[in-house]
Amino acid sequence: MAIGTTEVISTPATQSTGPWRTAWRDLRRNKVAIGSIIVLIVIFAACLAAPLYASQVMHLDAFTSNLDGTFTVGGVTGPVMESSTSGLGLGVNPIGPTWLWNNFFLGADNQGRDVMSRLLYGGRNSLVIGLVSAILCCALAGLIGIVSGYFGGGLDAVLSRGLDVLWAFPVYLLAICLSVVLINQSLTIGPITLNSGSIILPILIIGVIYVPYVARPIRGQVMSLREREFVQASVGAGATDGRLLRREILPNVLPTLIVFLPLMTAINMLTESALSFLSIGVQPPDASWGTIINDGVGLLYTRPMVAIAPGVMLAITAVALNLLGDGVRDALDPKARLRGAV
Amino acid sequence: MLRFALKRAVAAVLVLFAISVLVFLIFFATPGADPAARIAGRNASQETLAQVRESFGFDKPIPVQYALMMRHLFIDRDLTSFVNRGVEVIPQIKQAIPITLSLVIGAAIIWMFFGILMGVAATAGRGSAVDPLIMIIGVIGVSLPVYWLGEVVNLMTQSRLHDSLFSWVPPLGYAPLSDGVGPWASHLIMPWMTLAVLYAGIYARVLRSEMVGAMNEEYVRMARAKGISERRVLWRHAFRTSLIAIVSLFGLDFGALIGGAALLTEVVFGLQGVGKLTYDSLQNFDLPVILGCVMYAAFFVVLANFLVDLVYALLDPRVRHV
Repeated sequence: MAIGTTEVISTPATQSTGPWRTAWRDLRRNKVAIGSIIVLIVIFAACLAAPLYASQVMHLDAFTSNLDGTFTVGGVTGPVMESSTSGLGLGVNPIGPTWLWNNFFLGADNQGRDVMSRLLYGGRNSLVIGLVSAILCCALAGLIGIVSGYFGGGLDAVLSRGLDVLWAFPVYLLAICLSVVLINQSLTIGPITLNSGSIILPILIIGVIYVPYVARPIRGQVMSLREREFVQASVGAGATDGRLLRREILPNVLPTLIVFLPLMTAINMLTESALSFLSIGVQPPDASWGTIINDGVGLLYTRPMVAIAPGVMLAITAVALNLLGDGVRDALDPKARLRGAV
Repeated sequence: MLRFALKRAVAAVLVLFAISVLVFLIFFATPGADPAARIAGRNASQETLAQVRESFGFDKPIPVQYALMMRHLFIDRDLTSFVNRGVEVIPQIKQAIPITLSLVIGAAIIWMFFGILMGVAATAGRGSAVDPLIMIIGVIGVSLPVYWLGEVVNLMTQSRLHDSLFSWVPPLGYAPLSDGVGPWASHLIMPWMTLAVLYAGIYARVLRSEMVGAMNEEYVRMARAKGISERRVLWRHAFRTSLIAIVSLFGLDFGALIGGAALLTEVVFGLQGVGKLTYDSLQNFDLPVILGCVMYAAFFVVLANFLVDLVYALLDPRVRHV
């Protein structure tokens, strides 16, 4: 955790416990937060093991369609795509959950692929996109908020109006606009080329759209910090802008950014899944929890587990992240007020 | 006050202008495909492409292109879909508005009721098991993907429990209010509740944190010292001051939802609202419709922002002098 390793910032002039250490101690005492961390670690580890599960336990590639595949349970072999028994008997249905660890635990999807393997692979994308875009968002927002709040003037006016415009844009629509243009073609910026299926695109899009939600409170905080006595004292002692930013402003803003991180990760994961559900996030044959729910919609009434399982995973992860976020906030900044709605 | 309102109105128009420029740039000035091809859709013929290029001035400088586009959108209002040949965009949006309004207003009533109830109950129950219990429910509400919840609701009401508990739930879709309140409401009750879950969770959490803050203020201690009952302190003092945060949040959320943020709920429940229109045009890459929907959405969000500012200034005179 970043919280434990940032003592660099507080100067241990006296032997008092620093604010970071106090916060870490508070967090460790918070049973809900620790429970959330454990849940997140378990989910993360399981998703990391996705290739292992697919190749060693399931023995089936999770990305190629498997319409002619067979499965064997208890010595009986059958096709993965069974002929439908309901209605007119037309069409085929993928097999449902077998609840056997090594054999279509959650059943197959409409391509005959193992849902459990795809769930684990999809979790990797969902978690990575959520986390990386949250880090990107907090870093960008921190930069904009600090620069805007500290230097003020014309720069602040331009940046603030820019944030106003982004703020007035419903996030899903902004994401849709960007995705429509970017996802369906590859993008070349200078020497870098991003392929249309690359998960870097959703990371960039989601990271950018939430910047105002974090940058605005940071800007306000920096503006009020500037007027505080300890900053004024530093100014009076002849500190340069660089030193003020590094030694006075940043250490006071960092806790707020860290509080935002788990909350933004949860929100970004949900946004990613929604975009993928709308087929403008992660592109097939790649998976994320959102695309699997989308795959499951067509099978909802016959094989509901395809759609239910990834939703449950998303919900558990988001609850854990939100509870962790509450714990981190209580530990770091008891007075923090976050804009709850995103 | 009038001066303040005028200033805010000018700012709102500027933001709207900036958004329209931003949307225009995203769609037509990003590197890659030919803008005419984007408008005309996939597999458009050479003649259509030439016609679009002419009509939108894609061979002219970008400011001219922008002006022509806005003219098609707002003055001539003749922007047409190329995917569904000749269908005009603006009437489609107008048709979708009542459905979105029905969905969002109903959901808003439900989420305000439950959000306030949960927030106040959690504040009143501090120190007992009630508070953490309600807050856990709130966190779960915030963490459920709304479209997934909608699918699960459909699974239960349309299939698994349709023969018993939910036999009264009609098939997915919308019934206009002119068909009577009964059919209208029964079509919408599940979408209302699904959409309300997320926001009830958010509002309960925000209201609780505001009210707990207010309960530590001096005027609350003063009220208690005067011997006012705890219930009255809770509602008349703590709740009323916390309401400001809720009102401003509500304005923004309501505007965003009317503007199409209810998209996922509309898609899942097959309601042909503005969000569904955006979604459908997204599926077949019908850019003129997407453009129209986004501009319409931006208009409502900016309007909501403006109204929130006005209400704020009415409630709190200090704001007017900033």
